[in-house]
Amino acid sequence: MDLRFTDEELAFRDEVREFFRTALPDSIRRKMIEGHHPSKDDLVTWSRILNTKGWAVPHWPVEWGGTGWSPVKQYIFRDELQQAPAPEPLAFGVSMVGPVIYTFGNEDQKRRFLPRIANLDDWWCQGFSEPGAGSDLASLKTTAKRDGEYYIVNGQKTWTTLAQHADWIFCLVRTDSTVKKQEGISFLLIDMKTSGITVRPIQTIDGGHEVNEVFFDDVRVPVENLVGQENKGWDYAKFLLGNERVGIARIGISKARLKRVRELASLERIGDVPLIDIPRFREKLAAVEVELKALEMTQLRVVAAESRREKGKPDPASSILKIKGSEIQQATTELLMEVVGPFAMPYHPEEEGRNEPTDGPDWASTAAPTYFNWRKISIYGGSNEIQKNIIAKAILGF
Amino acid sequence: MDFDLSEEQRLLKDSVDRLMADRYGFENRQRYAKEPEGWSRDLWSAYAELGLLALPFDEAHGGFGGGPVETMTIMEAFGRSLTLEPYLATVILGGGLLKQGGSEEQKATYLPQIASGDLRLAFGHTERQSRYDLFHVGTSAQRDGGSFILNGQKSVVLHGDSADKILVTARVAGSRRDRDGIGLFLVDANAPGVSRRGYPTQDGQRAAEVTLESVRVDSGNVIGNPEGALPVVEKVTDIAIAALAAEAIGAMDEMLKLTVDYLKTRKQFNTTIGSFQVLQHRSSEMFIALEQGRSMAMFAAMMAQEQNPEERRKAISAAKVQIGRSGRFVGQQAVQLHGGVGMTMEYKVGHLFKRVTMIDTLFGDADHHLSNLAEAGGLMAA
Ligand SMILES: Cc1cc2nc3c(=O)[nH]c(=O)nc-3n(C[C@H](O)[C@H](O)[C@H](O)COP(=O)(O)OP(=O)(O)OC[C@H]3O[C@@H](n4cnc5c(N)ncnc54)[C@H](O)[C@@H]3O)c2cc1C
Repeated sequence: MDLRFTDEELAFRDEVREFFRTALPDSIRRKMIEGHHPSKDDLVTWSRILNTKGWAVPHWPVEWGGTGWSPVKQYIFRDELQQAPAPEPLAFGVSMVGPVIYTFGNEDQKRRFLPRIANLDDWWCQGFSEPGAGSDLASLKTTAKRDGEYYIVNGQKTWTTLAQHADWIFCLVRTDSTVKKQEGISFLLIDMKTSGITVRPIQTIDGGHEVNEVFFDDVRVPVENLVGQENKGWDYAKFLLGNERVGIARIGISKARLKRVRELASLERIGDVPLIDIPRFREKLAAVEVELKALEMTQLRVVAAESRREKGKPDPASSILKIKGSEIQQATTELLMEVVGPFAMPYHPEEEGRNEPTDGPDWASTAAPTYFNWRKISIYGGSNEIQKNIIAKAILGF
Repeated sequence: MDFDLSEEQRLLKDSVDRLMADRYGFENRQRYAKEPEGWSRDLWSAYAELGLLALPFDEAHGGFGGGPVETMTIMEAFGRSLTLEPYLATVILGGGLLKQGGSEEQKATYLPQIASGDLRLAFGHTERQSRYDLFHVGTSAQRDGGSFILNGQKSVVLHGDSADKILVTARVAGSRRDRDGIGLFLVDANAPGVSRRGYPTQDGQRAAEVTLESVRVDSGNVIGNPEGALPVVEKVTDIAIAALAAEAIGAMDEMLKLTVDYLKTRKQFNTTIGSFQVLQHRSSEMFIALEQGRSMAMFAAMMAQEQNPEERRKAISAAKVQIGRSGRFVGQQAVQLHGGVGMTMEYKVGHLFKRVTMIDTLFGDADHHLSNLAEAGGLMAA
């Protein structure tokens, strides 16, 4: 056992770090540090910079743009990206539908979609959840009925993140309602421009617009947009959700936020004493750092085991990453609120090009919205309660 | 010892509850938030008619002589309904400062106007560097004959944008963080040199940034001793904390109720999710946090009247710690157990969560008060 990175891995880390230092546009870096949401343009710009470098989809197969890096290097890359802090490439494309397409799709689909995902030419969104199908995803009701060379899709998806920007949506749809619910689901790729699709915004409690309802009314989808086999969609969805969980610890993001907390807490004073020198605060911060270090080591253990695991089978221990990762991220947002103190109160709607002065220190305005918004991460991607069910069943054998 | 409401208190509770049930459903609340001042003038009149705006004042000043228990009753109902009107700013803070610190003449002039609904007040104490320390006052008040000239800036002044008059702390003598030398001044919101910028707060209420540039305040508008106002300010903010604790309890109670109702109706995996024992236990933990909070809100109401300021402040700090912690737990879990629904503006629970979060940041968060309490030697006498 040797828990240190090798010299080669360290050199790789330096190379990646240097790239993020120089290649990430300053305006985007500032937004990320200050807790603002990057715009669609920001994400497109950044994805293309990564793609030009050949680093947009490092975890993909080499023939589709992957880098062939070891799992440890993949981890280092991601950690450095999050710490930069740079926006993560749009997960719905590169981490969700991309891997489904190169694993289960046909050659036409791979050629048609994968390069456009890597370059963010197509913006993808995820149409899984429905009003009646959240944790119990398999109970979904949106139907797709075969009509010649088309499926006719009817129903409703909800909580669809950034559907307002989307060119494509990947959906779970019911193609057979006579069998066990998991066995009648298919995985369809749907062009958002198809007639019969309506997107309705849902405002979240932080005041932002990142989720939507998506309605399907006799939407005609060519059968060639079916991924894999009809009625096998549930298997592909499980594969996809397993991938989603691995990335979800977001240790680099917590590191970046703790760094920010430390910086701001040394600017903010109680009388003449910087907040960072108040023992109660310092100890709280250190306690979160301990949790984060433990999680990082756990993450590295999962990463190291990855090369030995059967391909495509997620480690049930990744549920630890989801639970702890979300709790720690949420704890960092609480610390930020504490630093900001009374100036957490003023509400400034997030608008592009807004240049009214903020009330209080200019870094204060995102503290409360971030805290509110981050409550979502213990709900989505399989809620923390569902993750505990997974640990209980898959690991502890209850 | 008697934890039950008296007959009169029960009547008060019933009438406030009825008003809230009739006129303060969540959809109405969202509509009131869009009115020009961010709250409802109609409801303000309704409060006046019911006597709520007169409640804590003496009968001689048009009031009803209500105490902390009456205030607690109203605030809890307000918390449940997420009311937006400037009750805390006008009646509890502004009215409280005048009642506790004002001269007989000032009380006779202003308290009846508050009671009738004609005068709205706000209290400016937070400054850019003050954090939660009420004694940290950089705003200056210079003597000029019998009057004072005020210069400085007050931040996050609750309902400062719609107030007719604003009470502000300003330093007459001493340095930035001295407990002595602080005065309390009643400033006309439209006086020359006063500028205000109003904005919404995270919980859908309103506040303002208030700038004072050579604002003249004549001797008639100095509240109490111009170099010794801090004790009154601390007393009134302690009363306000007790009121906020009750408001938070109302909000938490409502969150628990909404959550339990939701768990009993929301179906996943062919069953109501409330049938999962883990969610029953979580709800039980929310209930425990709520009741621990409620107990401390009652303790705060009782101790807000304590004559010994040290004992009063320790008790209020203890209550604020418990309310902050209970509020955080209940709020976070209420959102969590609602799943995605808890994250939307369209549903009440998220708004309640935001309100209890902001209550924690008003007049000092749980950590601030924990430090204060620890420094004061804790609650138990040695
Ligand atoms: C901000 C945000 C963005 C999202 N983006 C997307 C997206 O882009 N695409 C998409 O398809 N979906 C998305 N989702 C949906 C998300 O995946 C669901 O919210 C999640 O699956 C939970 O479902 P639900 O909201 O219906 O809650 P429910 O499933 O109704 O759960 C309610 C509560 O019950 C608990 N619970 C449920 N079942 C059990 C059980 N068996 N044991 C114990 N506890 C249980 C849950 O943990 C939760 O606390 C998003 C959600 C949010 C909040």
